[in-house]
Amino acid sequence: MIRWIRRWYGANPLHLLALLAAFALAGYAVHDVVAAGQWRGFAEWFVIAIIGHDLLLFPLYSLADLSVQRLLPGWASRRRSGSAAPGGRAVGPAGLRPSALNYIRIPVMFSLLVLMAFFPLILGLSQGFYHPASGLGTQPYLWRWLGVTGVMFAISAIAYAWRTRRAAARSRRAEGPGRRQERPAAGAVAAPRTMPAPVSPPAGPPHWPMPDGGASYRPR
Amino acid sequence: MAGIRGPRQDDAARTRRTAEQHNDARRARRTARQQRAARRRRALAASAAAERARAAAVLRRATQAARHPADHPPPGPFRPGTWRSPLRGLWLTSVLALVLLVGLTILAVTGLLSYAAYDPLLPGNDQTPGAGLLHFYLFSWPTHPSWLYRVDQGVHITLGLALLPVVLAKLWSVLPRLFAWPPVRSLAQILERVSLIMVVGGVLFEFATGILNIQDYYVFPFSFYTAHLYGAWVFIAGLVIHVTLKFPRMVRGLRSRSLRRELRTPLARTEPEAPDPGGLRASRPAAPTMSRRGLLATVGGASLTLAGLVVGQSIGGLARRTSLFGPRGLSATAPHYLPVNRTAKSVKLTAAEVGPAYRLTLIGARTVSLTREELLALPQHAVELPIACVEGWSYSCRWTGVRLADLARLAGRPSPAAALVESIQARGSFRAATLSGAQVTDPQALLAVTMNGRVLPWDHGYPARTIIPNAPGVHNTKWVNKITFMQQA
Repeated sequence: MIRWIRRWYGANPLHLLALLAAFALAGYAVHDVVAAGQWRGFAEWFVIAIIGHDLLLFPLYSLADLSVQRLLPGWASRRRSGSAAPGGRAVGPAGLRPSALNYIRIPVMFSLLVLMAFFPLILGLSQGFYHPASGLGTQPYLWRWLGVTGVMFAISAIAYAWRTRRAAARSRRAEGPGRRQERPAAGAVAAPRTMPAPVSPPAGPPHWPMPDGGASYRPR
Repeated sequence: MAGIRGPRQDDAARTRRTAEQHNDARRARRTARQQRAARRRRALAASAAAERARAAAVLRRATQAARHPADHPPPGPFRPGTWRSPLRGLWLTSVLALVLLVGLTILAVTGLLSYAAYDPLLPGNDQTPGAGLLHFYLFSWPTHPSWLYRVDQGVHITLGLALLPVVLAKLWSVLPRLFAWPPVRSLAQILERVSLIMVVGGVLFEFATGILNIQDYYVFPFSFYTAHLYGAWVFIAGLVIHVTLKFPRMVRGLRSRSLRRELRTPLARTEPEAPDPGGLRASRPAAPTMSRRGLLATVGGASLTLAGLVVGQSIGGLARRTSLFGPRGLSATAPHYLPVNRTAKSVKLTAAEVGPAYRLTLIGARTVSLTREELLALPQHAVELPIACVEGWSYSCRWTGVRLADLARLAGRPSPAAALVESIQARGSFRAATLSGAQVTDPQALLAVTMNGRVLPWDHGYPARTIIPNAPGVHNTKWVNKITFMQQA
């Protein structure tokens, strides 16, 4: 019997019972709203929340993040390589420089998160209700948000500068002992540098492109 | 004369040479033309063949897809190869799930307690009249400890904001599952996906209504109280079923990697997780741009930031200066400045209503009418109690006034079962509140006439307001002009 249920339903019968209990509770919770005929507003907000986040906001986050990644060096190797090759490294004049990607991403993310959480106050949208309730205005919130954003970018910039300096110091320390080994030992004569060989005229057919592939070339 | 060349022979020879050269050139041009034509024909043939091959391949794929739809997801997010992040996997999702399990449980409990604090069983207090059986856990809200509601609501708001980044991170980590293919595998799977609508839609709905409410942004077409309560129960139902079904997988996920080791793994050594049956791990991972410990640190940092920007409004004192985004945060840093919720101007209070014509009517076994001077002549007591708003802020003040118990005795009902307190405010959900017998007879419950040593300001309820220990802010009715002491509730 249980096997028949499992085959027809797809899972344990307890699974079905538990789900039905959950649906009953949820249904009871909204029965009053449904009875009053106001369920449309509820359902719209429920569904809009899911669609809005998963199908609108998420692609926007991804596009923004990928755009920033594309602007920074090392993009092609990151997208190609599937292994744990260090994707955060960019080779610069000082040797391996830490990637700026996370130092841009994180303050942007935090700032947008604060904006998302407090947008009615920051953008002054709730002024109509907020002022009669509190006697205050929403204007200061925009400045506070800009201030907080500025502080976060400043902290990120300082952290990036510190990290870059540490990486440069580390690479200089690594090169240092190596350079000392390359210097010749005392008393040994340095090997004479060879002069470059003189350039001789090319033998054989010319290597510049000819329309018929060199078929009409006649050596003079 | 053979061998000797005269001028005419030279000319002839030159002409012959020119003619030869012309012929050579003509022949060369013809050959080149023929070769070009041959190349074009070959190219056309090749492209035609390629077209045919492509068409055949498309037809083959389409027939395969039609015969075995489950193995051929449509292009886009339905194909596993679209999801490139190497950090996704069962372990990461399980860690975020554990944090949410603890956090959302505390959030639900504090929220339900906050609902209980409104004493919805007393007549006139119920903002959600259709709740019915959802009142099963309600109890008479106590007056002690007097900081209980303040802490409960402060935790609810601060924790709610702190969990927002965790919820977003968890949804990011399981987003490939939204596009799982095939979308319908069995009846069990359909029902489970419906329950996910309840939990995901529910959590986003609750967070949205809560966050908009604390900023007074009433753009939804329904009352906040009904929406937030019913939405909470739909979410709780979805959460319980989701946890029940996924708990074993979460435990397995948590055991699959060591947290301590992940916290020591930098970006250079970050590897994708092992493949999991749910398909969370990317099939074609790109190189990581952040380590897993970096991701967890970012989510944690975001939570601390959001919480830190509002928690000062609940703690009070010096911490209040840090509450940059609390809706009454920084405004309350002037000394003795209690934040206002509903100004006198917004309820259109007039000088006539609160001037010499003001009367306080007490109804019990007998009806008594007091002027403000008579009220001030009654024995005054002092208490130090906070006003704790449902929006999360709370502020403690020193109040002096007449004990509600004394007023009850004056009205001939020394131990009432309940009391209805009404305000000059003509309209509004909280123009009246019903207090329980315990709240009325508590020695700390006052009808206050001064606040912090000064006469009650208009915005704070002049000429008199109730102040009840441990009651939600809106139950401390302002501009009180009538109290009815009832024999039974």
